[in-house]
Amino acid sequence: MSGYNFAYLDEQTKRMIRRAILKALAIPGYQVPFASREMPMPYGWGTGGVQVTAACLMPEDVLKVIDQGADDTTNAVSIRRFFERVAGVETTERTAQASVIQTRHRIPETPLSEDQILVYQVPIPEPLRFLEPSEVETRKMHALEEYGLMHVKLYEDISRHGAIATAYAYPVRVAGRYVMDPSPIPKFDNPKLGDCAAIQLFGAGREQRIYALPPWTEVVSLDFEDHPFEASKAEAECALCGAGDSYLDEVIVDDAGGRMFVCSDTDYCGARRAAGHVGAQAARGEVA
Amino acid sequence: MYVAVKGGERAIEAAHGWLAEERRGDRGVAELSLAQIREQMSLAVGRVMAEGSLYDPDLAALAIKQARGDLIEAIFLMRAYRTTLPRFGASLPVETGAMRCDRRISAVFKDAPGGQVLGPTFDYTHRLLDFTLAAEGEVPEAARAEAAERAMPHIMGYLDREGLMEREAEGAGEPPDMTRAPMELPADRALRLQALARGDEGFLLGLAYSTQRGYARNHAFVAELRIGAVAVEMDIPELGFAVELGEVVLTECETVNQFTGSKTEPAQFTRGYGLVFGQTERKAIAMALVDRALRWQELGEENEGAPAQDEEFVLIHCDNIQATGFLEHIKLPHYVDFQSELELIRKLRREAGAAREAAE
Repeated sequence: MSGYNFAYLDEQTKRMIRRAILKALAIPGYQVPFASREMPMPYGWGTGGVQVTAACLMPEDVLKVIDQGADDTTNAVSIRRFFERVAGVETTERTAQASVIQTRHRIPETPLSEDQILVYQVPIPEPLRFLEPSEVETRKMHALEEYGLMHVKLYEDISRHGAIATAYAYPVRVAGRYVMDPSPIPKFDNPKLGDCAAIQLFGAGREQRIYALPPWTEVVSLDFEDHPFEASKAEAECALCGAGDSYLDEVIVDDAGGRMFVCSDTDYCGARRAAGHVGAQAARGEVA
Repeated sequence: MYVAVKGGERAIEAAHGWLAEERRGDRGVAELSLAQIREQMSLAVGRVMAEGSLYDPDLAALAIKQARGDLIEAIFLMRAYRTTLPRFGASLPVETGAMRCDRRISAVFKDAPGGQVLGPTFDYTHRLLDFTLAAEGEVPEAARAEAAERAMPHIMGYLDREGLMEREAEGAGEPPDMTRAPMELPADRALRLQALARGDEGFLLGLAYSTQRGYARNHAFVAELRIGAVAVEMDIPELGFAVELGEVVLTECETVNQFTGSKTEPAQFTRGYGLVFGQTERKAIAMALVDRALRWQELGEENEGAPAQDEEFVLIHCDNIQATGFLEHIKLPHYVDFQSELELIRKLRREAGAAREAAE
């Protein structure tokens, strides 16, 4: 698009963001402040992820954008179109073919490889925020590695509900040091964070923070010995592709409240169906 | 057979088409021109420039037109445009003492050199709907008088000379630029004022009002409120002197507030300060009150735990573009997170039910 630099941001801004990304990769899980710019989409709609993606993109990159695991949700469509317009890069819906994947709320089911970057959109980067509203205080707590408050919260959950009552944005400890918010992914996705081949970058635009997981980083979901972390999902199989190992969305299908479960990762589901896997409710004609 | 909802792309295009049509409204009614908005909606233009942090009345008029009159949306358009502009330097500090004032009032003196100039104000109008405007009646020309020759001196200067005002600490040289560096807390006053100057008018109004009602009360007198044009100058290194780039209309409010002092230092009045683009006096007064409330620590006052005293609370939440974006993002799909909550709550209920049965 004329009048704008490649991938929208000017090179000075990209340099500033790349420096923040490098620092974030050097200190896994640490939230690096960066001078987030106003973007042409609203704060809270992926401006952090968009800035990180813009700073990473090269003309030869292939970009995939997902929201809730799907490529065709409206905001994913909007962000993909933004980069088609301002960067002119090739886009794809196939996880394996993408070199940069921007995501909101999910990690793709297909394992990522060493030549991929996964960019997360982050609303509230501070895992301690809802325990301590002040940024000055939470930065101090991270500096002093003072995470007792988080364990007390998890313990109180167990005493009240009999289980840890956090289902998404489940806190993790990175490389034995920083407690990190993995963004609001369901805790089902937490095990994919650690020992991942790809670079994982987290961008929070409104909160002006970037953090990162370098490849093959140790990431541990917080838990207790007698209440171990459990990555849970609906106890069902995908009605379209029959997958029993993927995260499922629950869809209400009729007025009586009848429901079915389908893969949240649309690429994973589509690829399985193309390979001949059939779920309980897939139309026969569709399989061929 | 279930078919997942598809077609986000087509839906977006159709929605944008409809939006454009709604923005235009009835085609039988003449379209608004930017000049009409700039000239006849000038207070809206002022607000959009102030909170958009970009002084350009024509662009602000365009933003208001494109935003269908939604000023926060218009401010957003201005900000998103501003962020792409190259930054080639900084102006010299503007000299508000040399302002060509359209309005200049003081609430602390009955009269002062330069006089009280009401200017184009709503004050003292009776808020009665004027039906002649509905009938598109032209207004008669206002009476004219010669403009004052001399610049109007700051009222604060008179109190200053007597030593009644607290001394302003010298600034730390180059002020920070919150659009180029991440906000660092605690913030110095320059950074606080910068954030307040682009902060949401409604939010600051509410906070300022709360200080008047006792949440960090610091009774404020308006020492002076002035609105007018000031020259913007910039040093050009190649020339070795400053040249005038143009003029901006500003609203400046200085308040005199209650004392500070100690056994060693005699009592002095304290100050609050507001400076905003355009004719935006509600915002400038609110800004001055909030600025003053945020200075509690420096002035040795007690922290009452009032919202207006909490720097982090005020600075992090006063930006309406950040606030509206995050607020409205909850319209986006969240079904993956909601699904995990559903699983959890069902599991908790199942386990609680089983435990109850076992107990019975």
